[in-house]
Amino acid sequence: MSRLRVEGVTVRFGEVTAVDDVTLSADPGVTGLIGPNGAGKTTLFDVISGLRKPSSGRVLLDDADITSKGPHQRSRLGVARTFQRLEVFGSLTVRENVVVALESRRRPAKLAAELLARVGIAEFADAQADTVPTGAARLLELARALATDPHLLLLDEPSSGLDRAETDAFGELLRQLSAEGRAVVLVEHDMDLVMGYCDHVHVLNLGQLLTSGTPSEIRSHEGVREAYLG
Amino acid sequence: MTALLAYTVFGLVTGGAYAVVAGGLVLTYSTSKVFNVGHGAIGMVMAFLYWELAENRGLPQWLALLIVVGGCAPLFGLVIERFVMRRLAGAPVGITLVAGVGVLVGLIGAAQVIWPPQARPVRPFLDQYGIHIGQSFVSGHDLVTLACAVLVAGGLYLLLNRTRTGLAMRACVDAPELAALYGTRPHRLSALSWAIGSALAALGGILLTPVVQLDYVTMTLLVITAYTAALVGRLRSLPWTFVGALGLGLVQSYAVAYLPSSPFWIAFRAAIPALLLFVVLLAMPQSPLRIGGVRGSRGVAVPGGLATGVGMALFMGVVVALALLVDGVVAGQLALGLVFGIVLLSMVLLTGYGGVVSLGQFTFVGVGAVTVARLESSSPLALVAGAVVAAAIGALIALTALRVSGLYLALATLGFAQLMDKLVLQSPIAFGVRGSLQVPRLFESATAQLLLAAGVFALVGAGVLAVRRGRLGRRMIAVKDSSAACATLGVNVRWIRVWVFSLSAAIAGLAGGLFAQLRETVAASDFQLFNNLPLLLFAVIAGVTSVSGAALGGMLLMLLPVLQSGFPAFAGVAVVLLGVAAAGLSRDPNGLVSWFFRAWSWRRA
Repeated sequence: MSRLRVEGVTVRFGEVTAVDDVTLSADPGVTGLIGPNGAGKTTLFDVISGLRKPSSGRVLLDDADITSKGPHQRSRLGVARTFQRLEVFGSLTVRENVVVALESRRRPAKLAAELLARVGIAEFADAQADTVPTGAARLLELARALATDPHLLLLDEPSSGLDRAETDAFGELLRQLSAEGRAVVLVEHDMDLVMGYCDHVHVLNLGQLLTSGTPSEIRSHEGVREAYLG
Repeated sequence: MTALLAYTVFGLVTGGAYAVVAGGLVLTYSTSKVFNVGHGAIGMVMAFLYWELAENRGLPQWLALLIVVGGCAPLFGLVIERFVMRRLAGAPVGITLVAGVGVLVGLIGAAQVIWPPQARPVRPFLDQYGIHIGQSFVSGHDLVTLACAVLVAGGLYLLLNRTRTGLAMRACVDAPELAALYGTRPHRLSALSWAIGSALAALGGILLTPVVQLDYVTMTLLVITAYTAALVGRLRSLPWTFVGALGLGLVQSYAVAYLPSSPFWIAFRAAIPALLLFVVLLAMPQSPLRIGGVRGSRGVAVPGGLATGVGMALFMGVVVALALLVDGVVAGQLALGLVFGIVLLSMVLLTGYGGVVSLGQFTFVGVGAVTVARLESSSPLALVAGAVVAAAIGALIALTALRVSGLYLALATLGFAQLMDKLVLQSPIAFGVRGSLQVPRLFESATAQLLLAAGVFALVGAGVLAVRRGRLGRRMIAVKDSSAACATLGVNVRWIRVWVFSLSAAIAGLAGGLFAQLRETVAASDFQLFNNLPLLLFAVIAGVTSVSGAALGGMLLMLLPVLQSGFPAFAGVAVVLLGVAAAGLSRDPNGLVSWFFRAWSWRRA
């Protein structure tokens, strides 16, 4: 049994097939999901988090079929995500952003300070969220997702906008989340991060699953190089 | 059988005129991405202008038609596009809607100034010709209408599918930035679409004058009919819009033929477009949650619990002092201003915090008023009952329109207001068509009513601020900024909306009870659809994000008719000014009061 299992998911936008019959799974630990731009990574996240209905296929969480459930129901089952194009609540302060998430799971609001400190943006707590730098906003989305205490965490390019030191700190955080028994799925273009922290990697290309394996297997895979370089 | 045939022809004729109006609406919307709420109002003003030229000045009909449809209307469209709408490109739906409502109200004001109310018969086109179908006579005007509809359909098809400009227009719909890269000029296309759209509104309006009479409001509300037709084509597809328009015309014609002609059913006919609007909305697919980009807005500072308490105590002190100083008439006026202020508080919650633009908020006031009037009781419990009934109806409308958001939702509230006006408020269970109801007051004296209104305003204002500081307030704002993120955090976005809608309706209903008590006599005409629009404008002008904005807006709303009766010449001008101010201020939702706040913080800094 896997924490997350995606079975034969296809997403069509009119004539275009963005995700084509993809089957993959993710277990507790860090799973990488990589591929060139337009490979269908974010669309797959939308399907898993319930924001988009797949044209066909199923999504299973701990072997239970959640395909027909809405996004808020999936959140209550332990799915959380961040967004590639930021979706922070710009009118609220950074702290309030986290409080909204805590309250939706009936957790005490005072945990917000702890979560902000954990991702390293405590200094921005009282700033209005649409004024903070991109890197801090990405970490805010992470803190907000963690506020729901997820079993399955989907991170969409979390490191873009972070400098080297922040990226290292973020990698350390990934290790901790993994040690807490959470399943983290990471869409990322920073290959050092992917190769250094992932237990398992799936490669998408043009909507299809190209291959899966450990980071070292992926590194030596011919097709992956072609997809990225060719 | 021949009767059926005749009614089918009449239906197609009316539908053809609707199609002309709706085609203009779709062309403008799909090219410029701004929904023109004032589309019907443009048609109305241009129909008046046509009357001026053809009937008053005695120009030949064809020349008057050419001048209005070929000259004045497109020119007017260009002016609106250039000076109001272009600045609003890419602005949130709420802002463009308010600007559109500003244009609409301004146009009605202008029409009332230039053409004071009187009967204005308009000769139909080719009235010496016509053909007989069985017992019925299809006039030359009807044939002209049909011919115009066919010409417009063909012309728009050729424009969009056979010309470079049309291709560029269609490209602009999908990706204006990209189209610009390929050498098209979105501004020019958008201007062109406004010119053609206005011309079609004018043509449709003129064709319909023998049917609907030259009237400020009826013709303005043609936008609901056109919108319903356009919705069949999802505001994009012209062929489906034409199908929708013809369908609407047929349904209305058959309703005239086959429904009984009791007062209720006559009102029902007028409500058909709004009713069909809901049917179409219910059949719409769920609008996807919008993803992409940080959205935020800067409201005025929210005072804490203590500051709210002090502020409300000060406010009550001022009102008590005023109550001691002024006479009964002025006290009554001030009380009315505060009651309007309470209505605006309901919009602070819904529009200011929740980001939902409602064009039907005054209808909930009517619901509260009817409830209190029908209970025939002066007990405070009657006021509570008014709030509860309004809340229930608010929840109902939110549940009905749950699938749609943004523009669709705002226009659904307009349809709802029309429906309630025609089918409920004018029906025997409420006021009756011409009837009015007596309402016993909770307190006899105007001064006591003023203190009651002030007390309720203070409590509701403090309540609204408490909501803003609390859990529901945070969630409302979170849903406004990103409903997609909210959903993935476990917030049930739909329930939040139902809550906000019914809470806001409850406040408006409560105000309705107070309004009815203050007036002592209320009628359906107090709560007409059209009364919603100045309400929205004043809310935005004064500031829809703060309690002080609501108080200021309420007072202004109360002063408007006072000024108008004091200076009759000023009546229409005031409405024009109101429209202009709203169109200009719509970019800053914090409104006039935010200037005071800014001056205050600058002084302290």
